[in-house]
Amino acid sequence: MAKELTYADRASKEMVKRAADEKIDTVWDRYESMQPQCGFGSLGICCRNCSMGPCRVDPFGEGPQAGVCGANADTIVARNLIRMIAGGASAHSDHGRDIAHTLLMAAKNPDSDYAVKDEEKLKSVAGLYGIETEGKETNQLAEEVARAALDDFGRSEGEVKIASYAPPERQKLWRELGVFPRAVDREIVETMHRTHIGVGTDYKNLIKHGVRTCIGDGWGGSMIATELSDILFRTPEPIRSRANLGVLQADQVNLVVHGHEPTLSDIIAVVSQDEKLIKKAKDKGAKGITIAGMCCTANEILMRHGIPVAGSFLQQELAIITGAVDLMVVDVQCLMPALSGVSDCFHTKLVTTSPKAKMPGVEHIEFHEDKAVQIATRIIEAAIDNFANRDGKRVDIPDDTEKMVAGFTTESVFNFLGGTYRGTYRPLNNAIIDGRLRGAAGVVGCSNPNVEFEEGHIEMVKELIKNDVAVVTTGCNAISCAKHGLLRPEAALEYAGEGLREICETVGIPPVLHVGSCVDNSRILAVLANIVAEGGLGDDISQLPVAGAAPEWMSEKAVSIGFYFVSSGVYTMICQPLPVLGSPNVTKYITDEIEADLGGKWAFEIDPIEAAHKMIRHIDSKRKALKLKPPMYKQAFPYEE
Amino acid sequence: MIQIYFDRDKCIGCHSCVFACAVEHSQSKDPAAAHLEEPRPIPRRRMVTVKGKLRSLACQHCKKPKCVEACPNGALVKEESGEVKLLTEKCAGVFACVEACPFDAIWKGPGVAIKCDMCPDHPEGEFACVTACPTGALVAATPEEWKEISKKKKESAKK
Repeated sequence: MAKELTYADRASKEMVKRAADEKIDTVWDRYESMQPQCGFGSLGICCRNCSMGPCRVDPFGEGPQAGVCGANADTIVARNLIRMIAGGASAHSDHGRDIAHTLLMAAKNPDSDYAVKDEEKLKSVAGLYGIETEGKETNQLAEEVARAALDDFGRSEGEVKIASYAPPERQKLWRELGVFPRAVDREIVETMHRTHIGVGTDYKNLIKHGVRTCIGDGWGGSMIATELSDILFRTPEPIRSRANLGVLQADQVNLVVHGHEPTLSDIIAVVSQDEKLIKKAKDKGAKGITIAGMCCTANEILMRHGIPVAGSFLQQELAIITGAVDLMVVDVQCLMPALSGVSDCFHTKLVTTSPKAKMPGVEHIEFHEDKAVQIATRIIEAAIDNFANRDGKRVDIPDDTEKMVAGFTTESVFNFLGGTYRGTYRPLNNAIIDGRLRGAAGVVGCSNPNVEFEEGHIEMVKELIKNDVAVVTTGCNAISCAKHGLLRPEAALEYAGEGLREICETVGIPPVLHVGSCVDNSRILAVLANIVAEGGLGDDISQLPVAGAAPEWMSEKAVSIGFYFVSSGVYTMICQPLPVLGSPNVTKYITDEIEADLGGKWAFEIDPIEAAHKMIRHIDSKRKALKLKPPMYKQAFPYEE
Repeated sequence: MIQIYFDRDKCIGCHSCVFACAVEHSQSKDPAAAHLEEPRPIPRRRMVTVKGKLRSLACQHCKKPKCVEACPNGALVKEESGEVKLLTEKCAGVFACVEACPFDAIWKGPGVAIKCDMCPDHPEGEFACVTACPTGALVAATPEEWKEISKKKKESAKK
């Protein structure tokens, strides 16, 4: 009965097989047992928002067409959808808030384990907030920036200030539509209010507030998370590393950091280099300490320290099933509750650290930023102590890793393109204008057992780069691309179209650029804003020949991300649809009519190649609207004059 | 003959069986698309409440079916397999069967009667509603197997 993976990397295939042999249930087994999943939930027409319900509308027209209160399918679907946005925006933004608190703490306490590591970034963020930088001590400026960022969460009137990063035309449009967010938290609270029993029923008006909420995420909370992380942990620069379960070492203490916030993982990465700890590991018979990342926190420490990546969201159980993980430390988001049961099958010690995320029966070592090094040391020591409990006979690390270059950012990659001495987006804009690049796409997001693992990610990305569409990637898509060799510069020779290949060869970059974790999708927004600011490609993001995609999406964060790209004017493709199909009106609105308001829209297409083609068609239509030349070279998926 | 049995103690009223039945009787058989088809697929099973108890209701494929007796056109037949089958080409929409059914498990459809057809597109012994039921309230079993299941249930209730 156990699932066999047919597309994914060899390491995942081997570990899923091992799980079946050892009768350990994984996410794929649980997905299978859950079939068929509830049709009402899948179509978005189930409402649990009050206790006159639960209610569901009959999509076949036989049964009730409205809930007990009278809410019809349009209202129920729209309410559920914007509650998903609120959930996703909360996760990203609460992460951003934690980073802002850490910056404030570092600024005020000279003995803190954290400090400002990137003064340039500090000054540029101060600029966004209109804070005078001249003549100020670093820590004074950091305190002012941290306080300004914290204000962006909770002010009751005004605008989220960091959203001034968006192109002026876009900001103007948001103001005209009344969707410029006032404060991150305020819009989330208002979403919960508007979706309460007996408030709004107009689906377009509900979705309009969803738009306001998600802009507060992408251009607010997430932007703060990214920019302030760069200030605290420094802005990443291109760096070489490796990915996949083979990064675990049979003769070393293996500590996997899993979750999202760099406040924990970055400190662990630094502290693990401590000579005393390494000696302790050697005294226990290990050759050293290996730190490996899982999910988005992996991306954070990969980008800044080159720490290897063990795997993406769907591989978290598989890492433990190697039998070689001495300790897995988790913070928040995308942690499967099943980790606890899987770790019980091996010697692996699972440790939770966030007061927001505890698991029954799992050891909790609470992380406090003011004792960061001390707590990180305690966690690493626990990993070393547990090395002795490892059963060598049960260790089975797949011999599979892939090389990559990661660590591209809004600043580094495009300055890179412009030469060492004078950073500029001019060469990138010119490459698009001249048709050497057909366009650009952001391919991001989760993995989901409802599609064949990684097929959507990899097939879509390969089809895009084959057609001279440069790809930027974050989150679990980035990890999949790394495992499948797409983040190597040589991948340009193997997979890219002629125009993209020329650029990659000249500059020495991969055709797919890893720009960070899922909260770092704000980097993609910033890139888009910078392309517009550079000039020559219109006045707004909606005019750019670009598209976005999250082929294997699963989380509420992905809904918020997708919606803030749509709200920024980007055509956004996902494979499995949003849970909106129960309302043909909402479906038509978000996949079609909303474009007239916001310049972007959603698209659903299950076949990844077909999905890539639809994205390319959109890119072509934007090229034509800008009266740009056709692509410079012959295209595999033809450009239609 | 394998039949569909209903354990009312396990039903939570989620309507999954009704939903799956409609999808099974659609052109696309795709849960995300079936409800958009014209004509809309019609489920052969309904959720009802009988004396305050939930019931997932469909044709019982009776031993002596009243609907078969009532049909003036011979559109309903008791098959050797045990299935009570509606021959839609013979059905003239008289709906005498609807009146005759003691379970209220055959309904007026667009011009023809609507009833459980035992999922002819499924492998024998498999039914869309049974597969969809998340709690095991719908069970595919032979009458002997069902008797055994009921007996065991009674015994364990006594303990």
